[in-house]
Amino acid sequence: MEHIISVTVENKFGVLSRVAGLFSGRGFNIESLSVAPTLDPSMSQMTIVTSGDERIVEQIVKQLNKLIDVIKVVDLNESEFVSRETALIKVHTKAEDRAEALRIADIFRANVIDSTPSTYTIEVTGDPKKLEAIINLLQPLGIKELIRTGRVAIAREAIRSAVSQPKKLARE
Amino acid sequence: MKLTGSEILIECLKAEGVKTIFALPGGVVLKIFDMLHQQKDIEVVLTRHEQGAGHMAEGYAKATGKAGVCLVTSGPGMTNVITALADAYMDSVPLVCISGQVSTSLIGNDAFQEADNIGLSRPCTKYNFLVKDVNDLATTIKEAFYIATTGRPGPVLVDIPKDVSLAKAEFTYPSSVAIRGYNPTYEGNKWQIKQAAEAIMKAKKPILYVGGGVVFSQASKELLELAEMTQIPVDMTLMGLGAFPGEHPQSMGMLGMHGTYCANMAVHYSDLVIAVGARFDDRVTGKVSEFCPFAKVIHIDIDPTSIRKNIHVDIPIVGDCRAVLRELNQILRATVNGNQKDLRKPWWDQIREWQQAHPLAYQQEPDGAIKPQHVVKRLYELTKDRDPIVATDVGQHQMWTAQYFKLARPNRWLTSGGLGTMGFGFPAAMGAQAAFRDRLVLCVAGDGSIQMNMQEMATAVVSKLPVKIIILNNRFHGMVRQWQDLFYEGRYASSYLDTTPDFVKLAEAYGAVGLRAGKVGDLDAVLKEAISTDRPVVVDVPTYPYENCYPMIPAGGCNHEMILADPPELKQRMAGVPSTGSDENKDTILTA
Repeated sequence: MEHIISVTVENKFGVLSRVAGLFSGRGFNIESLSVAPTLDPSMSQMTIVTSGDERIVEQIVKQLNKLIDVIKVVDLNESEFVSRETALIKVHTKAEDRAEALRIADIFRANVIDSTPSTYTIEVTGDPKKLEAIINLLQPLGIKELIRTGRVAIAREAIRSAVSQPKKLARE
Repeated sequence: MKLTGSEILIECLKAEGVKTIFALPGGVVLKIFDMLHQQKDIEVVLTRHEQGAGHMAEGYAKATGKAGVCLVTSGPGMTNVITALADAYMDSVPLVCISGQVSTSLIGNDAFQEADNIGLSRPCTKYNFLVKDVNDLATTIKEAFYIATTGRPGPVLVDIPKDVSLAKAEFTYPSSVAIRGYNPTYEGNKWQIKQAAEAIMKAKKPILYVGGGVVFSQASKELLELAEMTQIPVDMTLMGLGAFPGEHPQSMGMLGMHGTYCANMAVHYSDLVIAVGARFDDRVTGKVSEFCPFAKVIHIDIDPTSIRKNIHVDIPIVGDCRAVLRELNQILRATVNGNQKDLRKPWWDQIREWQQAHPLAYQQEPDGAIKPQHVVKRLYELTKDRDPIVATDVGQHQMWTAQYFKLARPNRWLTSGGLGTMGFGFPAAMGAQAAFRDRLVLCVAGDGSIQMNMQEMATAVVSKLPVKIIILNNRFHGMVRQWQDLFYEGRYASSYLDTTPDFVKLAEAYGAVGLRAGKVGDLDAVLKEAISTDRPVVVDVPTYPYENCYPMIPAGGCNHEMILADPPELKQRMAGVPSTGSDENKDTILTA
């Protein structure tokens, strides 16, 4: 089963290779991995999409926790979460296809971020199904290049704490 | 006052109480060696190969319980020490390895003797550091020792570029460290411990399965109390030998692939397995799906990843073995009553029956070839009063030593378990000897494995480390030969060593003492002479070459299905083979 694991790590050189090395050394899957600094510049946030049965995912979480540069590990599948992925799609557009490409982009609330007489570069964000759908529709026009960011995900805030938070802010 | 990086390193080592380091110099660490040369507090044991330095530091660590320290140069120095780091990582040995690196301005340029030390060591160290700024050096060394010796111990590498060893900084040694991503759990969960106590009280056929974690956490006293109070038999892993007294009536000896019949039967038929500081290695479990099929499992370990990695655990307890056992004993003391003995009498009757049915055994003819088990047994009997430290290499001789050398205390047993590193024993023994100059340190080796680090004989002689090496010389890679006889129809592919050197002359060439016990009748006298000599000694004992190590669970087999003696087809095949391994029979051996 697919799991999305959110990992807070030290923002130091070599940390990515420790995490990647753990997955390759122990034969765990990485379907996608994204990493960038957090609000606190001394830490980075990784979102790792992996898969495996319950026992394997338990090991992945434990092994990640064991890494000294890992500060916090959350298996997002244990609660509600939202996830998004962005794709940049460069589409061949012959004169007769340019309107069609724009229509497809519009349906998916995608943006055209670059344009030449023979191509459009389309930026689209959503869940993997949405990305698959727009790719399938654009394919007949001819996709020249496709780049995906891999997923990022965040836990949904529980309703109660969402209500209590403004109070706390008010006190401060 | 400002100090150079080299001086800071030495001050840090002193602050950590390091008395001995094992080292081999090279271009980028010359400044460090120059500074070591000008001080008296730390002894430098110059090894002949970096692998030897690494294993010596391991032996030092296993015998003392403190971190062992080795120092190597960049490039080949680093690649040579990798085997020792991997060995220490598998067996949780606290080690701090200092490696030299090319100057920071040259890193990545494929400079002379450059290697990516951090990349090379990453999968075989608990953690590693590249020190880019001399101002970070003291903190880094403090963190290295802290990480190596706390939690589940392991090797830590500190890579120091040449310019950092030369640069100057103010020296202050931090008194403590805090690493936000590293907080080992020492106290076990109280509720879980209570569950464990209840399970122990209820169990009719419980077994303790104890490993190296008991040794590292110094929990032998607590283990003894637990076992005696609850009348539970004790199985030890290879790494756990010495954690519980080998001669104790409740000791079942070692379990696993070459464990005793009783230890394996007991774990298979038990209704409660209490694993303490052990990790359910495949050499212990055999076929995982059929390991202890009737038992509930309690698993006490400081490393959460060990729990439920290989087998299902009913009561997991993450914590330090000693802390958890103390807590557990406290609860049990209040609840245990005299009934334990009665409750478990049928279990003990069964265990005694197993013990009598198939004890460890071998046949030594008074005028026949020397049996390797006999050598180990005599060595044990002749030395046990001196409380020796025993090292082994890897193979048949290791298993026989594990079976017959019944250690009474922890920190006496130096062997390579997880990685199975041939060539480990001799340097490890030297490391222990460097820590305890007055103790008797033995190394049981095979003629194959001793040749993997034979060069350290020079170190033993020069650094006056009077280790006694007993070579069980069967002219084979014996364990390989055993598998070939059992599973490859006796085709000895690359297992016959043919022209083994004359170990007596070799020892003498190095300036050590060489002895040989050619006949059974000579054995005791030669062993006595060896242990009363205060110099390094090599005892060459030509042994019966076709002796096989039993019991044996074939790889992937179940623990209660052991091979206990040569199978009939093997006996038949061996019928015409001479019983000695002497030179006259060489051709017969080759064609056998």
